Amino acid sequence: MIAIIDYGAGNLTSVERAVKYLGYDGKITADSQAILGAEKVIFPGVGAARATMDNLNTAGLAEILWKVYESDKPMLGICIGIQILFEHSEEENTECLGILPGVVKKYDATPTRKVPQIGWNEVYQTGAHPIFQDVPNPAHFYFVNSYYPIPRDDSYIVGKTTYGVEFSSVVAHQNLIATQFHLEKSGRIGLKMLDNFLGEAQ
Amino acid sequence: MITKRIIPCLDVRAGKVTKGVAFQGNIDVGDPVAMARAYYEGGVDELVFYDITASNERRDIMIDVVSAVAAEIFIPFSVGGGLRTLDDMRRVLLAGAEKVSIDSGAVRNPQLLAEGAKAFGSQCVVLSMQVKRVPKSDEIPSGFEIYIDGGRRPMGLDALAWSQRGVELGAGEIVVNSIDQDGTKAGYDIELTKAIADLVPVPVIASGGAGNPEHIRDVFVESNADAAIVASITHYGEFSIEHIKQYLETEGVPIRNTW
Repeated sequence: MIAIIDYGAGNLTSVERAVKYLGYDGKITADSQAILGAEKVIFPGVGAARATMDNLNTAGLAEILWKVYESDKPMLGICIGIQILFEHSEEENTECLGILPGVVKKYDATPTRKVPQIGWNEVYQTGAHPIFQDVPNPAHFYFVNSYYPIPRDDSYIVGKTTYGVEFSSVVAHQNLIATQFHLEKSGRIGLKMLDNFLGEAQ
Repeated sequence: MITKRIIPCLDVRAGKVTKGVAFQGNIDVGDPVAMARAYYEGGVDELVFYDITASNERRDIMIDVVSAVAAEIFIPFSVGGGLRTLDDMRRVLLAGAEKVSIDSGAVRNPQLLAEGAKAFGSQCVVLSMQVKRVPKSDEIPSGFEIYIDGGRRPMGLDALAWSQRGVELGAGEIVVNSIDQDGTKAGYDIELTKAIADLVPVPVIASGGAGNPEHIRDVFVESNADAAIVASITHYGEFSIEHIKQYLETEGVPIRNTW
């Protein structure tokens, strides 16, 4: 079973649909035992950092995410799921999980740079990772974000994207992989990456 | 680099695509799911479904269409037409749409934008505007007026002011549809699109008037539009999405060329 963590964020059903389309048993759940017993864990979603962290803390899921990380179980964060991995987000001055060293900042809006970023942007693979197997480099993925992560340790960065500023769009560490873009909304190439995570490549 | 999006709009009435869409190949003409699949495989960046079903009781059919599309199309798509309440929006989003497009409903009840943004996030809430050129006046200083009900009813509302108000209320994107250009195939209203795209901090989508790939280039090059809606020029197979994108790429417009 693939646990898709339910923490009150939006966009969970689209991840579940994509997982099922690829032939895997995806379940949206907030149950600690189900999450700890799953083969793999996805924490997706659209949302604000503060609300996400409040929901995770209230439901005891912040601790569960740490346990998943320490258990070596493959885990995939998507969108807000990459941002909460870091220590701190500028968004409503929010303390995050702190699994990875670094912070999350907001894009500055300019006449030619709309915030949020909404649309397809290029991801350059800057580090090797099994999730990139048979994925073109660069390739376009669908982004919806106003904030972006800045890891303090460059060795965690495996994918980069430019939106006025160059930022880390894919980070990885041990059993953990996370993308700022929506794999589940990025067409066949996005599905390929998701399939790589779900399948043997991971 | 962020790319410019090409977004076909499918008008759906009682579960069928209207206007007798004739696609290349073995596509079930009129089936929105088959049309969406063909566009998805053809490299389109996003889709819009516009529900023009007249009667309320038949709207459940649209929810079925949304579910069927979401089960096999893994790019963003929005749904508009007749959305008047938070519950209307919720049903469409839960069925699998990425975004809801609010038009007349937002003019009648601007709080709908705020409620939608609060409940689902601004990124889900698209404000769609029907705009017509009128003589400049104290009421309409820009000379661009908002119309509702399929472009039939003028609202005495300036389009520029309304776009700013929409963003303040929570709209995450704005579709600017020119009533004057719609259906003419004479090109987008670039002056209108530029005025709004230069004004608001959120992405702006040009709509109405696309007759050939040059028109799409023009609106991207001459305004700050982030996306362009197309309909008849791709529905009838006159131009493929791939052809349009190749042309735009040679013209220096950033597009998504991997799919």
